[in-house]
Amino acid sequence: MASAEPEPVIRLEEVDKWFGDFQALKGVSLDVDSGEKVVVCGPSGSGKSTMIRCVNRLERHEKGRIVVAGIELRDSRESVLAVRENVGMVFQQFNLFPHLTVLDNLTLGPIRARGLSRAEAVERAEHYLDRVHIPEQKDKYPGQLSGGQQQRVAIARSLCMEPQILLFDEPTSALDPEMIAEVLDVMGELANSGMTMIVVTHEMGFARKVADTMVFMDRGEIVEVAEPRTFFESPQSERCQRFLKQILHH
Amino acid sequence: MPFSRLLARARPVPVVLLALLLGGCSANWGWYVVSPTTTNGLNNLKFLLGGLQYTITLSLTAIAISIVIGLLVALPGISSHRGLRAFNRVYVEIVRAVPILVLILWVYYGLPQMAGIAISVFWAGVIALALSDSAFQAEIFRAGIQSIARGQYEAAHSISLSYRDTMRFVILPQAIRRILPALGNQLVYMLKMSSLVSVIGMQELTRRANELVVTEYRPLEIYTILVLEYLVLILIVSAGVRWLERRMQTDER
Repeated sequence: MASAEPEPVIRLEEVDKWFGDFQALKGVSLDVDSGEKVVVCGPSGSGKSTMIRCVNRLERHEKGRIVVAGIELRDSRESVLAVRENVGMVFQQFNLFPHLTVLDNLTLGPIRARGLSRAEAVERAEHYLDRVHIPEQKDKYPGQLSGGQQQRVAIARSLCMEPQILLFDEPTSALDPEMIAEVLDVMGELANSGMTMIVVTHEMGFARKVADTMVFMDRGEIVEVAEPRTFFESPQSERCQRFLKQILHH
Repeated sequence: MPFSRLLARARPVPVVLLALLLGGCSANWGWYVVSPTTTNGLNNLKFLLGGLQYTITLSLTAIAISIVIGLLVALPGISSHRGLRAFNRVYVEIVRAVPILVLILWVYYGLPQMAGIAISVFWAGVIALALSDSAFQAEIFRAGIQSIARGQYEAAHSISLSYRDTMRFVILPQAIRRILPALGNQLVYMLKMSSLVSVIGMQELTRRANELVVTEYRPLEIYTILVLEYLVLILIVSAGVRWLERRMQTDER
């Protein structure tokens, strides 16, 4: 298309982040367009999770700029809250609220943070539970569900806030193998619906199918950014080649 | 589980009563002072039991206040702000260092002089017990809140909950479940420590026993009744706490 470049919905510019003496992110820059699906991979400790956790300010970046949905993340509460309004997050450990039923997990945010009435919130929660294919579990507690079901509830909980962007932080790493597919299927459906997504994962099959852009990180840096076909067939950097070899032929 | 069944488990009570009855048959005991069959004995017994309402009201009021103060002191203790954490430490260390009896005397005799106000025995007792207990409550709450995984806060942030809502709907409900046994402990402790308020003339269980001993000269029987009063009261409270614990656990698993 010849039209002017659309503003990226997420922009990271030269972002640095330290944990004490350890530099977790080194000059990370990345643009994500609206509706784009970005899959981030790399060895553990490479800064993948830290990077996406910076996007909704679960971690504070020390240098550089992060702009999300037109709002620059600063130290002010307002900017952080405004960014989080637009960003949902799915965690490796689900982080459901164990003392609340599935339905209450889903309605808490919409009622308290969005001002929906209970009835509206319940209707919305049921809608999204339907979308993650577990409408019948709404009155159970998280502890009564399987890992895959819990993660789907967690996805539904994020969706109930109707974010523009969804971040996934290794969403299937804590799951038993037989439950990974059900979660990836739901994520694939979401991707098809046009949601902007950044997914940190080692599920390369999923990446091949869903990603518009692949990002490879190592030692706090973005080493390679490419569309999936190029990325898997002819990775440029030696580090990325080595990583793909390890992960694809084990 | 129904409350009655838990009470049925309180087997120590009949055992102790039986032991006392058998022991009480020997010549050294003079149960007549508190025997319900004589007018005097019945009056004495009523007088002693009359302290129950004061002990209970005093303890419950004090623990309610101390829980509120404890929570308000615990929250700054988990803040990332240094000054707030320092406030928490200073409060806990100072209040914890004052013996309860000393605090009761200070609040009753000292505070009115300092502040220029009259203060009733009841409220002096409540203030002293509540203050003293609040330092311990603060530590219990802090431990409970700190035991909640960081992911719970992160999940709450990610669905845009405010700090207040995060605490109210996510963190505290889970923390309170975990600290319930410790809170039960404090309630038991409070019931026992309320006996110290007798020194400033509060007509609770211990004070009444002391007064009766002075007129009847039967310390053995009267203090035995006193022991039993506390025992029964506290066993009921313990059963209640355990019942509450069980009820709150059924939803989570």
